[in-house]
Amino acid sequence: MNYFTFLFKSALFNFSRNKGRTFLTSLGILIGVMSVVLLTAAGLGLRKYIQQQFESIGTDTIRILPGTVIRNGQFRGGGGSLGSIRFDERDVLAIRRVTGVANVAPVFTKSANIVYGGKKQFGDVYASTDDIFVGINVKAQYGRLFEKSDVQKRAKVAVLGSNIAKNLFGDASNAVGNTVKAESQVFKVIGVAESKGGGFGGPSLDDYVYVPYRGAQVFNPDRKFSAIIVKVKKGFTVPFVKDEVSKALQRRYKEDDFSVFEPTEVLNALESIFATLNVALVAIAAISLVVGGIGIMNIMYVTVTEKIKEIGIRRALGARKSDILYQFLIESVILSLFGGILGLVLSELIILGVQQFFPAYIDLGSVIIALGISTLIGVVFGVFPAKTAADLVPIDAIRNE
Amino acid sequence: MIKLSNVRKEYVLADDVISTVLHDIDLTIKHGEFSAIIGPSGSGKSTLMHLIGLLDKPSSGKIIIQDRDVSRLSDNQTSTLRNEFVGFVFQQFNLINKLTVLENILLPTIYARRAFSYDPRKKAMYLLERFGIANKASVYPNRISGGQQQRVAIARALIMEPSLILADEPTGNLDTKTGDEIMKLLKELNEKEKITIVIVTHEPDIARRTKRQIKIVDGHIVTSLKSKK
Repeated sequence: MNYFTFLFKSALFNFSRNKGRTFLTSLGILIGVMSVVLLTAAGLGLRKYIQQQFESIGTDTIRILPGTVIRNGQFRGGGGSLGSIRFDERDVLAIRRVTGVANVAPVFTKSANIVYGGKKQFGDVYASTDDIFVGINVKAQYGRLFEKSDVQKRAKVAVLGSNIAKNLFGDASNAVGNTVKAESQVFKVIGVAESKGGGFGGPSLDDYVYVPYRGAQVFNPDRKFSAIIVKVKKGFTVPFVKDEVSKALQRRYKEDDFSVFEPTEVLNALESIFATLNVALVAIAAISLVVGGIGIMNIMYVTVTEKIKEIGIRRALGARKSDILYQFLIESVILSLFGGILGLVLSELIILGVQQFFPAYIDLGSVIIALGISTLIGVVFGVFPAKTAADLVPIDAIRNE
Repeated sequence: MIKLSNVRKEYVLADDVISTVLHDIDLTIKHGEFSAIIGPSGSGKSTLMHLIGLLDKPSSGKIIIQDRDVSRLSDNQTSTLRNEFVGFVFQQFNLINKLTVLENILLPTIYARRAFSYDPRKKAMYLLERFGIANKASVYPNRISGGQQQRVAIARALIMEPSLILADEPTGNLDTKTGDEIMKLLKELNEKEKITIVIVTHEPDIARRTKRQIKIVDGHIVTSLKSKK
C-alpha cells in the first residue's frame, strides 16, 4: 500500500461513515457545476441552432434591408425600417442586372393567423416571387412550389411551411388542394415545403407561408418589399457581389437608407451578443460554486476537529506537517470532485432529455472546466482547514479526546 | 544516546500565572537501557517522556538525541526522527480504527523518507506472528482485545526498527496478566534486540521489572536507581 492509497482510503472511509454529510456537502458543488455546465450547454446549443438556421438558408446569399441594420459586424439600434425606404419592382430589376447575381427574390413579410376550418395557426406570410425558393433554399415535400407563371397570373396560391401544414391539417400531406384563409384572403394550398427543423424560441422556416406577391393583395397592395434576398452566381465571391449590389442601389438611395449584408455577418453579430450574455450568466452561476466551496470548507473544519487525535497519532508516528496537509486536501478535493462529477452526469441527463427540442450539448471544454473548477475549489477551500490540521502541536493533538 | 540538561517545562496558564511542570532536569539515557520513569500522577513524568519523544518542546534547557541538539531541528527533521528513531506505545493504544491491524502497523512506513533494507509488509507479518496475532492482520482494531491491541501498537512501534521505544503506561489499560505479558515482551525486545526502552508508569511493580528507575516528584528527579538484577 503506498502513500496515496493510504490517504485515499482514509478519505473514502470518512465519506462512507458520513454518507449523508458527504452528499449534502457535495450538493453545493453539484448545483454550482450543474448551473455552469447547463448554461454553457444552452449557450453552445443556441449558437449551434443559429448556425443551423443560417446554413439552411445558404451562405451564398445576400440580404438587403431598409435602414442601417449592421455596421462593422455589430447590430445598430435605431436604424430600423420605420420611416425609411421600401423597395419596389424597379429595384428588383436593377439588382437583377448586377454582375454576379444569380437570382433576386423580393419579399414582403407579415405575421398573420392562417385559418383552416376551425383551426388557426400563427405564421409569417412571405409575399414574394418564385425566386424565394431558390433564395432561401426551400424545396417541396408535397405538391409543388409556385412558379413564375403563378406570380404573373396573380394566382392566389400558397405553399405552407411543414409546421403550419401539420398543425392545420394533422398530416402535412392532407394540406395540398385545400384552401386556407389569411387576413380575409383565401389561398389554395398547392404545396408543403420540406421541414428545415429548429424553431426553438423564435420563428422557423417551418412556420412560413409563401404566396406570390402579386396575388397576395391584402398583404402587399402597393407591391413594395421589406427585404430583397439575392443569390450569388457561382464563380463570384459574396463580398464582391455585395459591393456591386450596394453600388447599384446607391444610384437611387443614400448609403444609409439601406443595408446589404451576408448571413454570416448577422450570424457573427448574433453570436457576439449571445457570447456576452452567456459569459454573464455563467459568471452568476459561478457564485453558487463559491457558496458550495464555503460548504466544503465548513465541513472540512468539522472533520479536522473530529480527527484531532488521529492527527496527533500520525504526527507521533512521523507524519510531517505536509503529510497531514495532503491528507485533508485530498479529502476536500475528492469531496468537491465528487460533487462536480455528479453535477456533470446530471447535466448530461437533463441535456439528453432536452435535446429533442433544443440542440444543447456539453463539449469537452465544459467537462474539463467543470472538473478543473471542482478540483480547484477543493484545493482553495480545503487548504485552510488542512493547514489548521497540519499546524496542530503533536502533543496537544494526541491528548485530545 | 539521550541527554537532557537543565530542561525546564512551563505552561502559561494566565497572563502572569506560570505552572512549572519540570524543573531543571538533567538526565542521560544510554543505548540499550531498560528504564522506568516513575512518579505519581501530575509529577511531570509524561511531560518528560513527550520531550524525549519529540512530541513537545522544552521551555528552556537542552535535549541532545543521537548527538543532535533537538532545539535546532526543523519540524520536518523532528518528524523524521520520530519516524525512524522512536517507537511510541501508549496507554490508550492509539490505533487508528479505520485501518486494519496490518495497515496500522505499516502506517509509520507510509511516512518514511528512507529506503527500506527489508520488506515492511513481511516484517509486519513476522511481528504479528511473533506476538501470536497473525490471524488478526486484516481485522479492525476495535474487534480485538486490549492486550492484542497493545501488541499491535508495539508491532507498529517496531516496524521502523527504532533505537528507542517510549511506552507511556503501557499496561495501564490492561489486566494484570495481560500487562505482565506486555512487560515480558518489552523486556525481551530490550534483551534480544538491544532496543533502548523507557517506560512511564505510576506502578512500582511495573517499574521494578526494569533495570533502572527514575523517580520524579513535582517536576524534580529525586532518585535514579539502577536495579540489582
